[in-house]
Amino acid sequence: MSTKKNPGEIMKVLLVEDDPGHAELIQRGLSRHKIRTWVKHVKDGEEALDYLLRRKHFADDPAVLRPDIILLDLRLPKVDGLEVLKQIKTTNDLKTIPIVILTTSESDQDIARAYHHRANNYLVKPIHFDKFNELLDDLGFYCNWIGNITKNDQNEQP
Amino acid sequence: MPAVRTLCANQTILVIEDDPGHAELIIRGLSNVARAETIRHLSDGEKAIRFLFPDQPSPVEGQLPIGLILLDLRLPRVDGLEVLKRIKQNPAYRLIPVVILSTSADHNDIHSAYENFANSYLVKPTDFDQFNAMLSDVHNYWMDWNQRAIN
Repeated sequence: MSTKKNPGEIMKVLLVEDDPGHAELIQRGLSRHKIRTWVKHVKDGEEALDYLLRRKHFADDPAVLRPDIILLDLRLPKVDGLEVLKQIKTTNDLKTIPIVILTTSESDQDIARAYHHRANNYLVKPIHFDKFNELLDDLGFYCNWIGNITKNDQNEQP
Repeated sequence: MPAVRTLCANQTILVIEDDPGHAELIIRGLSNVARAETIRHLSDGEKAIRFLFPDQPSPVEGQLPIGLILLDLRLPRVDGLEVLKRIKQNPAYRLIPVVILSTSADHNDIHSAYENFANSYLVKPTDFDQFNAMLSDVHNYWMDWNQRAIN
């Protein structure tokens, strides 16, 4: 059974990141992966939830697509990452989406809480640029190998 | 310098796998890249349940904390999904990463696994070299980059 992605397949990523520098680094890192990615970037927790729950200006937006994976910072304006995590993982339509916490915090408490609320992974952003890129390259492993995940609409294309 | 919680000494990797060929591949593949973790293999779901939820608590010494669980879905006696549910519903184990390693690429299986809070779902490659490459990546990702909760 092949684990290679169908070449026509694109992995849809929701990036929840308020730091513009990190957001750019992450998007560039994702673009280097073997698997093609389509990234929706939101800058705070409220926008993340609005997007996922199709609320407010996303309600009738045909460009809103259910992500295959969510990269989630913990420290976010408006609604913080832990709250976003909790809501996603208790919402039936969304709870099966893998969530990768990608954050600066190394605190044991943050890590334990994230896993408690069903984070799939927890990655600490390296301080050094090269190491950060190395992490992003290896994140490609996670994206490439993960068995795809519920697709509600297999024909969805961005 | 890796943070304390990513150091592999004093951690166990639990491999729950009934196929002896796969089990050997997995154990060897992990051993090649493991640093100081203990790899523990259980060959069916019932053994896994008995190990994780013993009637009589085992002595604390000799029981290393579990850093990662690799879990096959198709297991005799008690199937993988049931094992997953029990792990993820239990406060003592809830925080441990569980990576499903299965021959099945069936969407229902994948969906059920994620619904029951599997951390990841990997489909076993049929090609030997790919399988080994995957195991090396699994170790690198889950034991090095991924942060684990300290119990």
